[in-house]
Amino acid sequence: MTQRLSSPAEPAVRLRQVVRQFGPNRVIDGLDLDIAPGEFVALLGASGSGKTTLLRALAGLDRLDGGHLAVPEVRAAVFQEPRLMPWKKAWRNVALGVRAPNAKELAIQALTEVGLSHRLNAYPATLSGGEAQRVALARGLVREPKLLLLDEPFAALDALTRIRMHRLIIDLWQAHTPAVLLVTHDVDEAILLADRIIVLKEGRIAEAASVPLARPRDSSQAGFQALRKHLLSLLGVQVTAVAPETSASHALQEAAIEHAELRRVANG
Amino acid sequence: MAEQNVKPLSLSPLWAWRRSPWKTPDFVLRLISPLVILCLWELASRAGLIPARIIAAPSAIAETLWTLIASGELGRHLLTSLQRAGLGLFIGVSIGTAAALVAGLSRRGEILLDSPMQMLRTIPSLALVPLFILWFGIGEFTKVALIVMGTTFPVYLNLFAGIRNIDPKLIEAAQTLGLTRRELIWHVILPGALPSFFVGLRYSLGISWLALVFVEQINTSAGLGYLASDARDFMRTDVIVICLLIYSLLGLLIDGIIRVLERFALAWRPSFIRN
Ligand SMILES: Nc1ncnc2c1ncn2[C@@H]1O[C@H](COP(=O)(O)OP(=O)(O)OP(=O)(O)O)[C@@H](O)[C@H]1O
Ligand SMILES: [Mg+2]
Repeated sequence: MTQRLSSPAEPAVRLRQVVRQFGPNRVIDGLDLDIAPGEFVALLGASGSGKTTLLRALAGLDRLDGGHLAVPEVRAAVFQEPRLMPWKKAWRNVALGVRAPNAKELAIQALTEVGLSHRLNAYPATLSGGEAQRVALARGLVREPKLLLLDEPFAALDALTRIRMHRLIIDLWQAHTPAVLLVTHDVDEAILLADRIIVLKEGRIAEAASVPLARPRDSSQAGFQALRKHLLSLLGVQVTAVAPETSASHALQEAAIEHAELRRVANG
Repeated sequence: MAEQNVKPLSLSPLWAWRRSPWKTPDFVLRLISPLVILCLWELASRAGLIPARIIAAPSAIAETLWTLIASGELGRHLLTSLQRAGLGLFIGVSIGTAAALVAGLSRRGEILLDSPMQMLRTIPSLALVPLFILWFGIGEFTKVALIVMGTTFPVYLNLFAGIRNIDPKLIEAAQTLGLTRRELIWHVILPGALPSFFVGLRYSLGISWLALVFVEQINTSAGLGYLASDARDFMRTDVIVICLLIYSLLGLLIDGIIRVLERFALAWRPSFIRN
């Protein structure tokens, strides 16, 4: 059912009527999705909506129960935890599985790119959370993937490190041009980074919104807040009625909900 | 409040500096109480409070030790014992490692090996003495075989568990990196199971030593255990104490060797990195 795509004219990822279920629980239920080569897509969805399940299927870590899936041969995945081999130094972690004869050179180059040229020989236990995550990124990028899968890669990092990581990921994406699928809980993060944002709900894509903002982005850009508001209301944050924008009391209510959502994001 | 915080901070280097020229090393302090006990023991023996058939005086023990070393007798017995323990340990650890790799790395291997190993391990190896003597006689073979029996299982059990308990996330990471099965075993599973292997090895070393003490009491003409049981027949408490000393010294030595091996093989562990 899994098919490799090669022709550049075709999308990097194509899913048709994809189904994945655990027992009677249909987590992914007839999902369709295309990702163009080099496109940056952010995937939002409530907890338990099946984001990780979808990503694992795309990474080839999990099977499908139905439908059709086409992905590039060379993929890389970075998860919330860096998943480095503790017994290997940073550069050896990056070089792991690289078949080129100059694997070490490539690994050093990739680590330099993520700003870790001074930590080549460090064991993972001695790296900070952000450093370890950057090693994991270098490990993914060193194989020049056509599809980069990111499952909440910044969730465990502090706010400042996260901002730096956002810049880094954009730089790397622009340098290497892989298609990216980023799972995140952070609506702001999704708007800052992605070309397109999709929302997963009841096993399908409930919403796909392209982000028309020019890069580099920041939250004060026109249209940012409107998009943010729209996405938050889609994210299972219960708004009692679909808000007519004129109602002042409604705007207030929404603001309160947003605040609660933000706090949840910050704490989670 | 602030004053209290500052005072000790500013004073302590001065204090340490003043004290340092007179500071006795820790290990010297630690030696004091054993030395006092030794002196009391010597005095009690001399005064006839402790008769030699209960335990010999430290000076007598030292004298006997010297004659045993000088005559080469101690060296001969020690070498015999070390050879026995070493051979049994080598075979036992090899079997345990091989079985754990087979059972740990393949489903079929587990089905084949694990339940017999689990059944065998419940038998205390020393309880096999009568059977082994019937099968193999009372020669060298039985002695080594008993040590093998004792040392196989700790390595097997720990290494098997170590292999099976590797973080599944790391195995997934290896999968996404496109490692082959051989690479997975070599780069992920074996290094990940190494700490457990060392735990098993420590146990096995302890057991080989214990088994040695026991098996050398059955019909031997050489070895530390022989020396001790011979001394018992002649009520030579000095020789017995020497044997005990050597057992404990070798135990310490082996522990040290393992520590060095671990430091080398598990250099990536946070506890070793700090040092
Ligand atoms: N191996 C599994 N066996 C059974 N159920 C599973 C398994 N993996 C996931 N699920 C279920 O599938 C649903 C989706 O899980 P998934 O991990 O994809 O959610 P998620 O969207 O990534 O959530 P979160 O945002 O909390 O990470 C959950 O209800 C979960 O309980
Ligand atoms: Mg998830």
